[in-house]
Amino acid sequence: MSHHELDARQLLCPLPVIRTQERVAMLQPGDTLTVRCTDRGALHDIPAWCRVHGHMVTATRREEAEITITVKVLGA
Amino acid sequence: MLAAKVMLEQGIHVEGINFYTGFCVEGHTHAIRREHRDKPKRNNALWVAEQLGIKLHIVDVIEEYKDVVINPKHGYGSYLNPCLDCKGFMVRKAREWMEQHGFDFIITGEVVGQRPMSQRRDTMPVVARESGAFDRLLRPLSARLLPPTLPEREGWVDREKLLNFSGRNRKPQMALAAAYGMHDYAQPAGGCCFLVNPHYTHKLADLWQTRGEKRYDFDDIMLLKVGRHLRPRRHFKLIVARDEGENQFLHGYRRQFTHLYATSHVGPLVLAVGTLADEDMVLAARLTARFGKGREAAQVRIAITTQAGETCELDVEPLGADEIPSDWYL
Ligand code: SF4
Repeated sequence: MSHHELDARQLLCPLPVIRTQERVAMLQPGDTLTVRCTDRGALHDIPAWCRVHGHMVTATRREEAEITITVKVLGA
Repeated sequence: MLAAKVMLEQGIHVEGINFYTGFCVEGHTHAIRREHRDKPKRNNALWVAEQLGIKLHIVDVIEEYKDVVINPKHGYGSYLNPCLDCKGFMVRKAREWMEQHGFDFIITGEVVGQRPMSQRRDTMPVVARESGAFDRLLRPLSARLLPPTLPEREGWVDREKLLNFSGRNRKPQMALAAAYGMHDYAQPAGGCCFLVNPHYTHKLADLWQTRGEKRYDFDDIMLLKVGRHLRPRRHFKLIVARDEGENQFLHGYRRQFTHLYATSHVGPLVLAVGTLADEDMVLAARLTARFGKGREAAQVRIAITTQAGETCELDVEPLGADEIPSDWYL
């Protein structure tokens, strides 16, 4: 189990979710990925993407213009 | 959405693929413009997948799609929409995905006769052929009007339970959606692609014309979605932010372009795309002043920063509204 980071700042939706999807495809069940983004749409899209793929959002944080979302990869 | 539902009702495992070309309306305009910020933002494809309980794969095809837009074998529709080539391309990408992931066939929501270019009875086989999907491409909503495909012949799908929709009338589709209990039915007709937007494609045509070749990169097509575009001279144009959201978005491009803003008054950030001579700088500054709160002032101070990072300030008289020819607006 390892932790990973993804910088998706300045990318507009749906690119943050596409980059998250590409990254998750390389990870193992139990791994976590923290995505940093600036498009507020990611707050909606990344959790929605996780729900349809059976992964889990363990934390979301919003600080000024920056959003961080942590995803736990499950064995879907 | 409906086509997938028809398959799910037959107990078939379906996963969705959504291709991101860079011209999709989804997301960006909401993300950029402040006036849209209160609207709920959702990715429609993801929303549909959630409603149906299926997986959705969003695939970045920005680079490969360029060739479709620049050199469409079948030409464009009413604007710069290469719909027939686009469909062939997307079904080809779906076929490749299908082969890589061990799926058996592809479905689309196409309806015979629904769109003038890409969904005519005579162009539907073109998509099947050029994509290489051939008879592994099934259109559940019109299947009974079309020759049986492999999944029907093999009995994987019950043809009798497929539909015979045709034409532009969407009522039968709406009725079927209602019968399935789908009330928030997200399937606008053609409203999801900037290549069918007359304003957008006018700016894209201008880009190609002034560049002297049909070429674009991702930033080009993103910037065409943002701001007011004016071309006062063939060799440069200005992109003027229309609100705070666009101001912030254009901020991200400051290092790539000469940019201007008023320091004496409140006003927008303006990017200058092209090469500006000294007299062009003055004109650009006067236009920048025009779009800020100092438009009625005798003089407005404008800061201009070049691509090289050098900043100077100019005091200029804002250009009058009647001094801007309407053909400067793209
Ligand atoms: S409207 Fe746009 S996305 Fe749809 S088929 Fe035409 S070019 Fe492709």
